[in-house]
Amino acid sequence: MADEGSTKTQTAGVTRRVVLATGAGAAAASILPLDESAQAQMPSAHVETGRKVHLSALINGQRVSLELDSRASLLDLLRERLGYTGTKKGCDHGQCGACTVHLDDRPVSACLTMAAKIDGRQVTTIEGLSTGQDLHPMQQAFIDNDALQCGYCTPGQIMSAVACVTQGRATDPDAIREFMSGNICRCGAYVGILAAVEQAAKVMEG
Amino acid sequence: MQGLNYTFARSAEEAVAQFAGAGGSARYIAGGTNLYDLMKLGIERPAHLIDVSRIDGMDAIETDGEVLRFGGRALMADVAYAPVVRDEYPLLSQSLLKAASQQLRNMATVGGNLLQRTRCMYFRNGAGSSSMVGVYPCNKREPHSGCSAIGGVDRTQAVLGTSQACTAVAPGDWPVALMAMDATIETLGPQGARALPIAEFYRLPGDTPHSEFNLNPGELVTAITVRKTPAGRRSTYHKVRDRESYAFALASAAVAVEMEGATVRAARIALGGVATTPWRSSAAEAVVTGSTLTRELAIQAGRAAFADARSGKQNAFKIELGARVVADALIIAAERRA
Ligand SMILES: Cc1cc2nc3c(=O)[nH]c(=O)nc-3n(C[C@H](O)[C@H](O)[C@H](O)COP(=O)(O)OP(=O)(O)OC[C@H]3O[C@@H](n4cnc5c(N)ncnc54)[C@H](O)[C@@H]3O)c2cc1C
Ligand code: FES
Ligand code: FES
Repeated sequence: MADEGSTKTQTAGVTRRVVLATGAGAAAASILPLDESAQAQMPSAHVETGRKVHLSALINGQRVSLELDSRASLLDLLRERLGYTGTKKGCDHGQCGACTVHLDDRPVSACLTMAAKIDGRQVTTIEGLSTGQDLHPMQQAFIDNDALQCGYCTPGQIMSAVACVTQGRATDPDAIREFMSGNICRCGAYVGILAAVEQAAKVMEG
Repeated sequence: MQGLNYTFARSAEEAVAQFAGAGGSARYIAGGTNLYDLMKLGIERPAHLIDVSRIDGMDAIETDGEVLRFGGRALMADVAYAPVVRDEYPLLSQSLLKAASQQLRNMATVGGNLLQRTRCMYFRNGAGSSSMVGVYPCNKREPHSGCSAIGGVDRTQAVLGTSQACTAVAPGDWPVALMAMDATIETLGPQGARALPIAEFYRLPGDTPHSEFNLNPGELVTAITVRKTPAGRRSTYHKVRDRESYAFALASAAVAVEMEGATVRAARIALGGVATTPWRSSAAEAVVTGSTLTRELAIQAGRAAFADARSGKQNAFKIELGARVVADALIIAAERRA
């Protein structure tokens, strides 16, 4: 059995190393040329195969009007179409919180929000949380308290954390933990996250 | 996922008309937290989505002092935090706050919650993208294909209300609390409006586990109503999970009691996480009614609720856990101030 398996792998002529190298090369190729001509081509590379919906929404304070596939998620709209890649895709099924954004000031999971739903509404992502050069007090608190390791969950954590304070739920550690339970951190930075929310709550509540 | 039409309905009547006009494969979409998820998994394949989340007035949360009324598209978060719900019906509020996450509760509706599909992993993970039967047979997903959970990994499967065809758990918490409160579901469909007791809303799996709700095609849940009872305040929704928050129930109990001193005048007991439908236990209610509530009696009531339980290979623990959850819930509810 083992022999058969290895023969197959060999006749296919592809090793794991080759796949990795090719994959990395392809990824680099699509990321690196960020000159203007490449950017100008981006819309034509975008293929919509299904039926379309038209939507107009305020995203991070900017009016956006576009047509897109009716099946698209808000998460894919933000990341793939509008370039707001701060919002992360963890599970794509509502189970991790990495994609948390504010829809009309309330946190939602962008992966389970159909994009068509945001027509006429306001979306805020991590990119829209602060204005100018100043960080939002919650962003600063995450830095001050080492509330991250890899950082993948962080934009979602911060969007939930801001709502935790503004909705008046940052009353004690247990209440904060409960409110933040929809945001999973694979690195286990929970202790720092709790400290960050407590610190920012003091600043935000003045 | 196939291409689809996406339209908004402004009124319940318009939603029903759009459904009739769309033909067989339309679905209402409210928050989409279950439907869109299942579309991504290839389990739901609608060709037309009718968005009911903007229907005028269907988000109202109101009471005339006698009856609480929740519009079908009211958000779980809004209902959970409504002062009248929090103060007068702790079990209703808790059943919502102990479900999902704050993000999801800002999206999901109390109507959609009634109709969410099971989290049975064979149901959710088996749909192949090319074949309808998929990797794991599932009678709920594909009628008469077989059940992979029976004889398979069954730790989270139901122990009450199961059949030869299906052991999938009814996942919702809110329907369990509504079951304890004898809620009524108001609908509008092609045949007009009707109201039905929640006890008649859910179907046991039997031979047809794919048919879960007594709801006709195109029938829209417009509202849920709950009568005021003296047992509302002395109530709790007690939920035990694999982790403390953001998880479905392993076992839960919605309990409301009317007390006279230490004596139980009336009790309402419903179970979640252990049965194929939201599960009312009149056997458990009978054990405590008219008696002084003690720890021993509470456990006895819990055991009575599971007298007919049937377990598989890994889920027998739910029988003991469930009995203790009922007992704890009874004590918590009785200790609450009326
Ligand atoms: C990660 C995760 C964790 C979760 N944890 C829990 C939990 O612990 N406890 C719990 O109870 N739930 C939990 N849920 C489930 C969640 O509560 C449900 O998905 C939600 O309540 C469904 O409501 P919705 O408005 O999003 O429904 P949708 O997804 O929009 O619709 C669900 C179904 O109902 C139908 N429908 C919707 N509204 C109506 C209406 N007014 N009339 C007729 N049909 C309608 C739709 O056609 C569809 O078939 C969890 C979900 C996720 C993703
Ligand atoms: S990506 Fe949306 S919750 Fe995980
Ligand atoms: S910091 Fe790595 S997942 Fe949270």
